[in-house]
Amino acid sequence: MKKLFITAVIASSLFCANSVSADDYTIDTAHTSIQFKIAHLGYSWLYGRFNTFDGEFSYDEKNPAAAKVSVSIDTASVYSNHAERDKHLRGDDFLDVKKYPQATFVSTGFTDNGSGTGILQGNFTLHGVTKPLSIDVKQVGAGKDPWGGYRRGFEGTTRLALKDYDIDFDLGPASTEVELIINVEGIRK
Amino acid sequence: MVIQVRNTDQSWGVISIGIHWLVAIIVIGLFGLGLWMTSLSYYDAWYTQGPYVHKSIGVLLFALMVVRLLWRLVNTPTMPLPNHATWEKTVAHVVHLALYVLLFATMISGYLISTADGREIEVFHWFEVPAFTLGIEQQADIAGTIHFYLAVSLTSLVVLHAAGALKHHFLDKDDTLKRMLRTN
Repeated sequence: MKKLFITAVIASSLFCANSVSADDYTIDTAHTSIQFKIAHLGYSWLYGRFNTFDGEFSYDEKNPAAAKVSVSIDTASVYSNHAERDKHLRGDDFLDVKKYPQATFVSTGFTDNGSGTGILQGNFTLHGVTKPLSIDVKQVGAGKDPWGGYRRGFEGTTRLALKDYDIDFDLGPASTEVELIINVEGIRK
Repeated sequence: MVIQVRNTDQSWGVISIGIHWLVAIIVIGLFGLGLWMTSLSYYDAWYTQGPYVHKSIGVLLFALMVVRLLWRLVNTPTMPLPNHATWEKTVAHVVHLALYVLLFATMISGYLISTADGREIEVFHWFEVPAFTLGIEQQADIAGTIHFYLAVSLTSLVVLHAAGALKHHFLDKDDTLKRMLRTN
């Protein structure tokens, strides 16, 4: 019985050690941005962003395939440097933020392509619709910061079709897809 | 024949009558334009033109209403007709007051939509109204909701006001409406 108990303790400590080795990071919102880019009539690019979000990720350099990410976005924080447009984007033609105040991304897997690049798979929920979404990810850097912490940052891009998320306001043939440009910096917990 | 410019206690002058009907046409027009323009598709020619005209006319209406108030202050107000019951005078007075208040409130809330991020309002490529920044979060959205309900309330009161005038004209067969159509 005692032996069994010791085995259990060792096993659980091993398990703990294992889960700790995949470092957990809190997203530093001061150094993270969630931007989007969409064609305006096909003549120029319009950039916008979400100002309010939070999230965390875990990443193990020895086992990048086990990386996990979850991010939650406050849809009402959409900002495109034009108050009347932002009002329209928050309304029911687009994000309908009263009904769908949050967009979320929860990873389901990570394909490591080596040298800090990979494809992050996950479920993206926007406008009440959840769809699988893959994000091309590249690690920008990682290391100690000057204030005693440890940080790791990634950049990622992906595209999505608005109608896949039941956003069907017609912006014209050049503007059916949105590119998301995500820059994430995490502080190790 | 001399055109009566100023009001007397018995009849409205040509300026009061002119401004009254001009404001009436503009208010009804802006209400229709406002509802219509917000329903347009992105590629509609009026998608950008509609709001531009709506805002430009709105600013000019504000100026017209200021002139109207000043004119009212320096003029004798025309008295209600003696055959009107006390309750009719009271209701009419309250509705008139509410029309003025709602008119200004609607115009101010509209201004607060367009100027929410510090942008000016361009009036017919003629002049610009500067923004007065309040820095309220989601100001455009809040002001937009208020603007809509104020405009609906205003239009409802316009209907009540018109119904009153028609009641006096067709049921009481008095000069209430005629006084607003011609000077003495």
